Amino acid sequence: MKKRNVVIFSAINNWLKHFAYELQCQFLFSVKMVRAVFSRPFYYTETLEQMYNIGIGSLYLIVLTGIFAGQGFALAFSVELADFGAKNYLGRIMAISIIRELGPVLAGLMVAARVAAGITAEIGAMKSSNQIDAMVAFGVDPIKKLAVPRLLALMVMVPALAVVCDVIAIFGGWIIALFIAHVTSTMYWAAVKERLIFGNLFIGILKPVIFSFVIAFVSCFKGFTSEGGTKGVGKATTQSVVVSSITILVVNFFITKVVFSLIKGWL
Amino acid sequence: MAMIEFQNVTFAYEDKPVLRNVSFSVAQRESLVIMGPSGSGKSTTLRLILGLECPQEGTVFVDGENICKMAEKDKRELRKKIGMVFQAGALFDSMTVGENVGYYLLEHTDLSFEEIGERVRKMLGFVGLNADEIIDKLPEELSGGMRRRVAIGRALLSTNPKIMLYDEPTTGLDPAAIENILRLIMKLHDEKEIATVMVTHQIADAFAVADRFVVIHDGEVAFDGTLEELRASTDERVQQFLEPFRKSFTKVANSHFINGL
Repeated sequence: MKKRNVVIFSAINNWLKHFAYELQCQFLFSVKMVRAVFSRPFYYTETLEQMYNIGIGSLYLIVLTGIFAGQGFALAFSVELADFGAKNYLGRIMAISIIRELGPVLAGLMVAARVAAGITAEIGAMKSSNQIDAMVAFGVDPIKKLAVPRLLALMVMVPALAVVCDVIAIFGGWIIALFIAHVTSTMYWAAVKERLIFGNLFIGILKPVIFSFVIAFVSCFKGFTSEGGTKGVGKATTQSVVVSSITILVVNFFITKVVFSLIKGWL
Repeated sequence: MAMIEFQNVTFAYEDKPVLRNVSFSVAQRESLVIMGPSGSGKSTTLRLILGLECPQEGTVFVDGENICKMAEKDKRELRKKIGMVFQAGALFDSMTVGENVGYYLLEHTDLSFEEIGERVRKMLGFVGLNADEIIDKLPEELSGGMRRRVAIGRALLSTNPKIMLYDEPTTGLDPAAIENILRLIMKLHDEKEIATVMVTHQIADAFAVADRFVVIHDGEVAFDGTLEELRASTDERVQQFLEPFRKSFTKVANSHFINGL
């Protein structure tokens, strides 16, 4: 019995040590990444290239998911609101739910699925073929060269994609409002406009900025720490998408909770 | 003065010991070959010289500096004195041959594209490649031998290196390509008067290049000396490492260096 306790204690001890070590590595990596943003050299070309890859490359995905998600939301809300004779509020509910929640989360998740996998796979493959070591040997900081352009590109493009998603989803809602829920255009857009206030817009932009850091940090960290050749890179890529997606949903909840209480007056 | 000096270096990856109490040095203009079976810690030695890893015990001096005690910025400066040819080349696969060879100049100098292009062409010529044919190709479009030559060119164009490190530069190549690469390594060593460290488990390559040999066995230095001393060595670990080569090479008529073993 005593021996079994020792084994269990030792296993817990090892797990805790490993967890603490992992946490320390992640913290140090994020500090290095943020510090690298503010120090020379600045890789403008790489950043623009990444902005194009991330922004333009994800646009079709955002447009497609945005329009169908917006229509789905509008359809569900219009049926419920009709029961209370409040169909005219459809635009108002669409604006709030999409600008505050759906747009940022959908943009974050779509970019996480498409871009995080790509970033981890690219950096992981470079690591397993010694290209990262070669970079270091040539006096180049791989975090600055590979991670920072991706972080900056994500910080610009994810909020932009979230705005696109908002517009497209609200537009999708308008189609449903007009042809299925039979809400007039004037009524719908007036209700939407009524909720385009500072508080909602602030949250709608703040969230994707934070999500972009989550995506950049998780995907780069997983890429730089991947081990075990192609199999290891595959595993890291899967982990990168899963961890960044879950983190986005968790962070989304806490931002909503904390920021709402801070800017209640502007909502 | 020694360009590279290992003083009682002990290194492990997490709990897996790799090197134990390793000491050796490489003088300026000397060519040292580190040999040993796979997994004996040869490539790790090169990573320690570059400061990519730091030993748990002991010290690694490069050009008189303890590389592990240096700030990252200073390490970067020191690495400019070192040219490294990684196993399989480690060329940047998203860049063309020209961008690979000119990588250092693109990153660290303000030279114009035209000037960099000119230097790249010259370097490709130096390593025996036709610049016009391959400068715009991606590394994946080249043969193994050509990739190694490009990697050597990239390492040379980085700066004017005082030290060249080669990690298994001939592994997986055909005999003609091996001969070309070894000739290039020797040409560089003679013309540029640099310290050369090559890691290999190919005895023939080692004998073609080395002034001195270090045999690493199970993470320990089993031998450190010249070819004559290697021939005369009675160390069991050295004998064990050389035995398979003796058997296979004594059958080959022209293997003059192996017959002597």
